[in-house]
Amino acid sequence: MSDTTTPYRSGLPNGRAGFAQTLRAEGTKLRTVRGWVIALVVAGLLIVVMAAVATFHRQNTFQASPGSPVVVAHPFVPQGPGGEAVTDTFSFVHRPLAGDGSITVRVGSLTGLLAQSSTSHSTSADAQQATRPGLVPWAKAGLIVKEGTKQGSPYAAIMVTGSHGVRLQYDYTHDVAGSPGTIAAAAPRWLRLSRSGDLLTGYESADGAQWTRVGSARLAGLSETVQAGLFVTSPETRPSAQAFSSPSGSSASAVFDHVDLRGQWPEQSWSGGVVGAGTMTPTLTSGGYHQSDGTFTVSGSGDIAPAVDVGSTPADTLAGMFVGLIVVIVVGALFMTAEYRRGLIRTTLAATPRRGRVLAAKALVLGAATFAVGLVATAIAVPLGEHLLRVNGNYLYPVSVFSSVRVVAGTAGLLALAAIIALAVGTLLRRSAVAIVAVIAAIVLPNVLVITAALPLTASQWLLRLTPAAGLAIQQTLRAYPQVDYVYSPATGYFPLAPWAGFAVLCAYAALALGLAALALRRRDA
Amino acid sequence: MSGEATIEVTNLHKRFGQTVALDGLSFTVRPGQVTGFVGPNGAGKSTTMRVILGLGSIEQGSALVGGRPYRSLRRPLSHVGSLLDAGALHPSRSGRNHLLWLAHSQGLSARRVDEVVEQAGLQGIARRKAGGYSLGMRQRLGLAAAMLGDPPILLLDEPFNGLDPEGIVWMRDFLRELAGQGRAVFVSSHLMGELQDMADHLVVIGRGRLVTDTSLAELLAAASRGLVRLRTTEPGRATTVLREAGATVAATGPDALTVSGLASQRVVELLGRRGVAFSEVSEQRATLEEAYMELTSAAVEFRAAPAGEAPR
Repeated sequence: MSDTTTPYRSGLPNGRAGFAQTLRAEGTKLRTVRGWVIALVVAGLLIVVMAAVATFHRQNTFQASPGSPVVVAHPFVPQGPGGEAVTDTFSFVHRPLAGDGSITVRVGSLTGLLAQSSTSHSTSADAQQATRPGLVPWAKAGLIVKEGTKQGSPYAAIMVTGSHGVRLQYDYTHDVAGSPGTIAAAAPRWLRLSRSGDLLTGYESADGAQWTRVGSARLAGLSETVQAGLFVTSPETRPSAQAFSSPSGSSASAVFDHVDLRGQWPEQSWSGGVVGAGTMTPTLTSGGYHQSDGTFTVSGSGDIAPAVDVGSTPADTLAGMFVGLIVVIVVGALFMTAEYRRGLIRTTLAATPRRGRVLAAKALVLGAATFAVGLVATAIAVPLGEHLLRVNGNYLYPVSVFSSVRVVAGTAGLLALAAIIALAVGTLLRRSAVAIVAVIAAIVLPNVLVITAALPLTASQWLLRLTPAAGLAIQQTLRAYPQVDYVYSPATGYFPLAPWAGFAVLCAYAALALGLAALALRRRDA
Repeated sequence: MSGEATIEVTNLHKRFGQTVALDGLSFTVRPGQVTGFVGPNGAGKSTTMRVILGLGSIEQGSALVGGRPYRSLRRPLSHVGSLLDAGALHPSRSGRNHLLWLAHSQGLSARRVDEVVEQAGLQGIARRKAGGYSLGMRQRLGLAAAMLGDPPILLLDEPFNGLDPEGIVWMRDFLRELAGQGRAVFVSSHLMGELQDMADHLVVIGRGRLVTDTSLAELLAAASRGLVRLRTTEPGRATTVLREAGATVAATGPDALTVSGLASQRVVELLGRRGVAFSEVSEQRATLEEAYMELTSAAVEFRAAPAGEAPR
């Protein structure tokens, strides 16, 4: 043994081995297994292809009136002042109001009829249908000041309702509650709507003497001359809390008297009519009014509210996401479990002893790759699917640019997070098959159950609050409105959590899984 | 001593559940030598190597490379090159890409990858999928990976497994050359014969304990027990002369004697002075394998001994 040996000194230049190098190493690992690269590209292609497949045959036909040709189109859907899709169909007995003024009325009764069988989405002007008495909860009768009789124009209205008491509503999406109670001959309700510039204020009274202010609405840019008067409408109902069930029509009839006009009402007689006749909103009766001795009997059907169940959303083009999710989950799990299977993990950890750094680099590389693939795929799939839907006569809900970007990028984010969760679970379980099955069961299965409406509504909603499937909310572009009775189910595009809240739940799962994986990786022998 | 190119293992204790894997193991691997790490299967060789590389935890003791725990090294592959399992490859990644990700993890360039590919003689197959490599090719690839950071310490677990005779010669020469450059080369094997003509030093373990930590020369000398073989036409006189000098002499044939207790030079000197004719004096050399067998039979503990205290 010679202790005089000169220990070896390398001639290689000093390099750095920080997080950037670990990232680069993991990037090289991901791109040098051809199967993984192909799988990710295929996942992207599937998302695009499925967008085309899912929308290509979804044809919407529509007949403007009996006898007219059936066309590939959808009935007109008005847009409210905020750009949202609205329903704007009601019986309107009105006069012009050229400036400030008020109108007061007593509503003596509000009764209704319900269709016995469901109506179709046809607008056959007066379908003779069997009816029975009955008033829907959101039947509305009262006073309205509206920019004009054009559908979707700004308005403010004070009204009595079937079972939601007095409300002040304006510009379709706003709803202010007044006092509760129903209308009966023994318990009439007095309403007043006053206009001052663009400010409209609603009042209610039980006796015409003691008045209570319900609320006010500022309708910016309201014209000097507006249409004001009495209105009645009654929305369709759904027989059960079942998504996809056909709605049935209803109508309401109200008796108004003690009409009192103050302010700048030009000398002109009342004119009556139906706003929005011949549009998509199903109506039970054509509506009408009768006036005698200062008593108006007005009946109507329809609604003045945000539109539901009339069109498609960007999420409808993303049916391929589920297949994409499964593929990225497989790749994500294998990115780690393949190393355990061959003992390669020891080489990795010998090269980078800081184990948390290895996991972080893997997660970042995998997340970036799946996000990029997902982004390209959804950025093609959504516009392509929307184009095909439009060509096929479907109505697309108006969606802001921000929301569209959120759906496109958020879906890519869903894919990235699913892959990262699979990576983390793969680290914990170290076995490919078990990890893949577990993650698919946790992420994809609830999504599929929810979207196909295979579960009762409340079960679906809890799944979308508590499981990683909550992240699906990022695709939500519709808003649920309490003033519209509808089955707001995930299957129809309504989620129990707001988009970013749902996404945050998924992020929390990913963070939890990564944290546990880091802990296990650090504590275990490799 | 805690040089740049030294592995120091001190009092390692580790158990897997109830089974004691390492039981107070200590040894040092020095630069400029090939140190063989020998013991039967299950003696704890791989466990020790993983502990040195920071892959396995220990309950007690320390394992330092270049005076530092492996896990504190910022750029470990430039300190220690290791080959634990030649099969630790993704089958659909090419050998070159395997080296490339490792190089990237250390901030090394693709040029360095090409250098080690050439050094390991992998030029022809480096761009093929590693799944198709023979075990010998995998060992070469593993060695190339260990050489990436041009480290002063190399730690190789059973690198001869699966090599053909030509490959064994190549590997031996390669490791000897690395040691000659002043690197510490630590090579485990369960077959002592593989280390003959290559190892300078031996660390022999059994059941997680050190059996011996010695130079190859000392081990062989001890195993030979100083036997000298003598060929003479006067066995009677020779026996008398040598016994007078204090040796033990045994006849092993009509003109052959085996002498113990005297070095061969002393035997020649004594016989020459007394005028005893002899035709041959040779030291009887034990093979490394024999030396090992002797050691392991002495330390029967790792043959059939029951668990618990075993003689040292």
